[in-house]
Amino acid sequence: MGILSVRNVNKRFGGLKALDDVNLEVEAGTVHAIIGPNGAGKSTLLNCFVGRLEPDSGSVTFDGMSLLGIKPHEINQAGVSRVFQTPEIFGDLTLIENVMIPAFAARDGAFTLNAWGLVTTHGEIRARALAMLTDVGLADQAERPAGQLSRGDKRRLELAICLVQNPKLLLLDEPTAGMARADTNNAIELMKRIAGRGVTMVVIEHDMHVVFSLAEKITVLAQGAVIAEDKPEKIKGNHRVQEAYLGGAQL
Amino acid sequence: MRTLTLSRNDLILLAGYTLVVLGGPIIMAPLGAGYPDLLQKFVIFGIFAVGFNILFGLTGYLSFGHAAFLGIGSYTAVWSFKLLTMNPLPAIVLATLLGGLFAAVIGYICLRRTGIYFSILTLAFAQMSYNLAYSVLTPITNGETGLQLVQSDPRILDAAAGRDYGAVLPSSDLFGIPMNGYPGFYFCGVVSIVCFYLAIRIFRSPFGLMLRAIKSNQNRLNYTGLNTQPYALAAFVVSGMYAGLAGGLLAVVDPLAGAERMQWTASGEVVLMTILGGAGTLLGPVIGAGVIKYFENIFSAFNEGILMAAFDFLPEPIQHLMVNVTSLFVGEGWHLTLGALFMVIVIFLPGGLMEGFNRLSALVAGIVRGRRDGASARGA
Ligand SMILES: Nc1ncnc2c1ncn2[C@@H]1O[C@H](COP(=O)(O)OP(=O)(O)OP(=O)(O)O)[C@@H](O)[C@H]1O
Ligand SMILES: [Mg+2]
Repeated sequence: MGILSVRNVNKRFGGLKALDDVNLEVEAGTVHAIIGPNGAGKSTLLNCFVGRLEPDSGSVTFDGMSLLGIKPHEINQAGVSRVFQTPEIFGDLTLIENVMIPAFAARDGAFTLNAWGLVTTHGEIRARALAMLTDVGLADQAERPAGQLSRGDKRRLELAICLVQNPKLLLLDEPTAGMARADTNNAIELMKRIAGRGVTMVVIEHDMHVVFSLAEKITVLAQGAVIAEDKPEKIKGNHRVQEAYLGGAQL
Repeated sequence: MRTLTLSRNDLILLAGYTLVVLGGPIIMAPLGAGYPDLLQKFVIFGIFAVGFNILFGLTGYLSFGHAAFLGIGSYTAVWSFKLLTMNPLPAIVLATLLGGLFAAVIGYICLRRTGIYFSILTLAFAQMSYNLAYSVLTPITNGETGLQLVQSDPRILDAAAGRDYGAVLPSSDLFGIPMNGYPGFYFCGVVSIVCFYLAIRIFRSPFGLMLRAIKSNQNRLNYTGLNTQPYALAAFVVSGMYAGLAGGLLAVVDPLAGAERMQWTASGEVVLMTILGGAGTLLGPVIGAGVIKYFENIFSAFNEGILMAAFDFLPEPIQHLMVNVTSLFVGEGWHLTLGALFMVIVIFLPGGLMEGFNRLSALVAGIVRGRRDGASARGA
């Protein structure tokens, strides 16, 4: 049994079956990719992991603990971080503040009434945040408001927000969408390094170059249902996947 | 002790604020505002607005009911005078605590909702308090007459200390220093300096950072492992305590309390002060409070006689025309001026007066730099 275990998950939006009896096992320390055409239900599935959506039926357990019926902040405190499809960052705050907030959350928990000591006196948090920004290549912009960043840079910032917490499970929803080729390659290198530290990752991605560079296992979703799950080289030759995913074209 | 140090800019800000408050009587004199009653209002409503800004400016939660806590503070202070002592210290401590206590209860309920629904809930609570003060709570509030001191009040601490005010109605005094006039202003002024200092600390603390994050992206904060509810509630309680303290100080300088202090117009006023001065800035709410109280007291006092004198230099028909036009905006019409000013600021300076100052100083700095560069270029 994997570190993340999804059993018979169903989710309907009115007449639309967005998730159709989805089963998924993510092994600890691996990179697991989820691919599928637009509207297949990939983001919906991640939403069921972080408390944004509640499935109609089924179970989601992480590290032996159910992720259903608990608050998003509790799920994060249990070690699950997520990068969203449309970047969720603190647009009015500076980059360094964006990354210090999760660092505080990881150190001090979901709520601490820390109203006396100044932020600047927490040098260790600042140092960690800065190191993280250096890691994603944004350190030179540390004092800029995050809202001014390009879309690709916002993704990298969001990645830094998640990584500074040393999550056990990292969920990435199209982490390279909107990035230039060179940035995509940097992001792949970065994600490889993260995977090298033993962080379990679930990556949704349309860019097959990214998928095949990273994933150890691939799950294919189409119209809410899992149509294939296998090692990357096997998925490439799978006819059902080619049918569903690219209308028969070669992957 | 390391944690006591503010950054250089914040120290300058605090020093500047302290100087302006302490030098208030002299600095405000040329503006016709250097008299104690108005100076007291400046600093007291400054405290109210600074506290309100910790909620609204930092978290973005717009409360339309904060006057309720102002009123609660005033009633508490007057009761402290009646039952305990005429010393202002217990009065303002109790007013602060009770403001915070009520804010904890009301905030807990209102913060179940966000956005406009939160605002409506706070407004409903404040109106409820206002109506209760006039109806079932009259034994505590003395209804429309307002809560006043009477000679026969027990004042147990004063009595225990053997203090007798004789046949006159007592007024609040700090160990013998009367709390009206200039001493009253300086008492409130010193309290406001402490409040301003605490606000700086809250702004610069991790707690303050989380509050700003709530305003910026509450979703991201939740998915980052932070529970936004208790943060927002803590901000609500702190702002309720500032409001309670301000209400207590109003009663210290003038020991009576009436329910009109809790009316929705008073809640709206502190919103105006904060937005006018600059929500989310440290100094903005203080300036906003000052401008509004100045208008309320100075502009409203202008009458036709003063205007006639002001336009004396013009030929008579034009003088009359000018007086007729301008008199719409002064005296009773001061609200019109304030409304126009508010509109101009919100449209052209969404960051309030502080944004105006910042733009101006950037402009000046730019010109100075341009001159210097020009000069050095010529020199080279
Ligand atoms: N909150 C919602 N309410 C109603 N319908 C929804 C909701 N969220 C998603 N859907 C629908 O569910 C289906 C699956 O959406 P989802 O976002 O999971 O797809 P996806 O696989 O992530 O697609 P993409 O690759 O375009 O991001 C879509 O048809 C979408 O319109
Ligand atoms: Mg999606």
